[in-house]
Amino acid sequence: MPDDVIAEVHGDGAGRKDAQRRPGERAWPAEGWTRVPFWVYTDPALFDREMETFFYGPSWCYVGLDCEVPEPGSYKRSFIGQRQVIVVRTQEGGIAVLENRCAHRGSRVCWQNKGRVDSFTCPYHQWNFALDGKLQGIPLKRGALGKGGMPPDFDMSQHGLKALRVHVEGGSIWATFDPNAPSFADYCGPQILGYVRRLFGGRALRLLGYNRQLIPSNWKMYVENLKDPYHATLLHSFLITFGLWRADTQSESIPTEGGKHGIMISRNVGKKESAATSEIKRFKNKLDLIDKDSITPRREFEDGKVVGLSLFPSVVLHQQANTLGMRQIVPKGVDSFELCWTYYGYADDDDEMVRLRLRHTNLYGPSGFVAMEDGEVLVESQQGATGYGHRAAVLEMGGRETEPQDHMVTEVLIRSFYRWYREAMNL
Amino acid sequence: MPTTQAPGRASVADDAAALRAEIRDLYDEVADLLDDDRVEELPNHFTDDCLYKVISRENYDQGLPAGTIFCDGIGMLRDRIVAIRETQVYEPRSWRHFISGVRIVAQDGDAICARANFLVTEAMSDADPTVFIVGRYDDILVRREGRLLFRQRLAVCDNHHVRRSLIMPL
Repeated sequence: MPDDVIAEVHGDGAGRKDAQRRPGERAWPAEGWTRVPFWVYTDPALFDREMETFFYGPSWCYVGLDCEVPEPGSYKRSFIGQRQVIVVRTQEGGIAVLENRCAHRGSRVCWQNKGRVDSFTCPYHQWNFALDGKLQGIPLKRGALGKGGMPPDFDMSQHGLKALRVHVEGGSIWATFDPNAPSFADYCGPQILGYVRRLFGGRALRLLGYNRQLIPSNWKMYVENLKDPYHATLLHSFLITFGLWRADTQSESIPTEGGKHGIMISRNVGKKESAATSEIKRFKNKLDLIDKDSITPRREFEDGKVVGLSLFPSVVLHQQANTLGMRQIVPKGVDSFELCWTYYGYADDDDEMVRLRLRHTNLYGPSGFVAMEDGEVLVESQQGATGYGHRAAVLEMGGRETEPQDHMVTEVLIRSFYRWYREAMNL
Repeated sequence: MPTTQAPGRASVADDAAALRAEIRDLYDEVADLLDDDRVEELPNHFTDDCLYKVISRENYDQGLPAGTIFCDGIGMLRDRIVAIRETQVYEPRSWRHFISGVRIVAQDGDAICARANFLVTEAMSDADPTVFIVGRYDDILVRREGRLLFRQRLAVCDNHHVRRSLIMPL
């Protein structure tokens, strides 16, 4: 049955209009930001444009923590969008972020995930680059036995590893491809910047480890996941069963910078039956864990808040119980992305705090008591989106507007995000 | 053919082979209960002060403590199983373990250090099996009342990524 007939049968007016358009002519549903057309998750040309506009454009993208590259010459590989970069501590003690592709013929220079070197040598023709990317050596530059070599006017200073603009905020490392991007502070805006500094306020960091997932869904579904406090109390039964989160806890959902970024604020409270829990099917009142330390945080932040930050496009910053983590989003095509979790603490954490931080990592990662389910539903969502580009998701929980709200029973963060996204992508 | 070996030496070799076989049987039994959806029986094979950890090769090689599944003591192992059965929501699927290269690495008092390779396939209810996770078990076994129990099981995964989710212990 052709798309427009299906749309007719199901009363899908917006869908009918879109199904009759030629491929490539995309029109957002007439309802505006209360609808998200499924083609945003499945259109490969749109995906390419997103990479250029967001990851390779005037955005600050998270690439690592300074504790991952502790000494001069220490490096790690990372990604911005689909481009691999090298994050390295220079001889002077600063941080450089370099494209991991030789200035010669584009071959990958750095073949290990982490290491320590005095300089970078491309394995192919052994062009040698300083830690800041400057080309400092070309074998056989003057030829051999009087023949060959580079032309005398070859200017080595023009052919280094491309260095990105870097900003280090309290130990978190950010980079941008765009020399004209606003400052990191302006890119975040004051609210997000304040919460970033709450985590990265100058205390030396301690690296606890990584988890990596490959999730077969569009990368924006993860961005939306951390703008969807509505699902947290319903899907993540562990959270509500053991009192880490509740729909009736004092909380806030704050879109910032026009909807690009987002802040979710809650509190860790105990388990309590209430009118709200009776509506949540999965709440199990009689359940208790044997090892209570796994879910009992030690008070760490004076404000008593639990804060999740969505810093578009590259990362979500979590702080839940005593686990702190950076969740880096690395797209791998229109229907797949890597989620790289970096768990950290502070160098001056006592043994008890480290013990708790490690216990609480069980909440997150691919086996996380909370996070496991996000991976599950994202894949289900991608499967539902595939083949249905002409239909749209409905986002009216919490109303139809895009203003900040002082509760979590809302999709305001997602509506705001797509209001912003349409403008940024000219849709 | 008459043997020229002294009886003492032959029984040492026999003992080693018998112990390896016993460990092999234990590994197969644990794999079978996991594959057969009887994860409740897993704690029966662990000591109270056990450590069970699924950890990436990346973290293991760098000496980083974070894991994918981390159970510090039998309480956390039981809690993990309660969560799987009572709170976790996931698409149904099945797994199958393939274990090889069971070896005794060292013996230290009553502790036996053993390792083995594992490969686990995963099949969604409407899809075919795929290679899911590959790695090595690093185990410490002790004997309690005649039975070998795990005081430590580390499942060190060669995977750079876990595809989607890891629901069950490996």
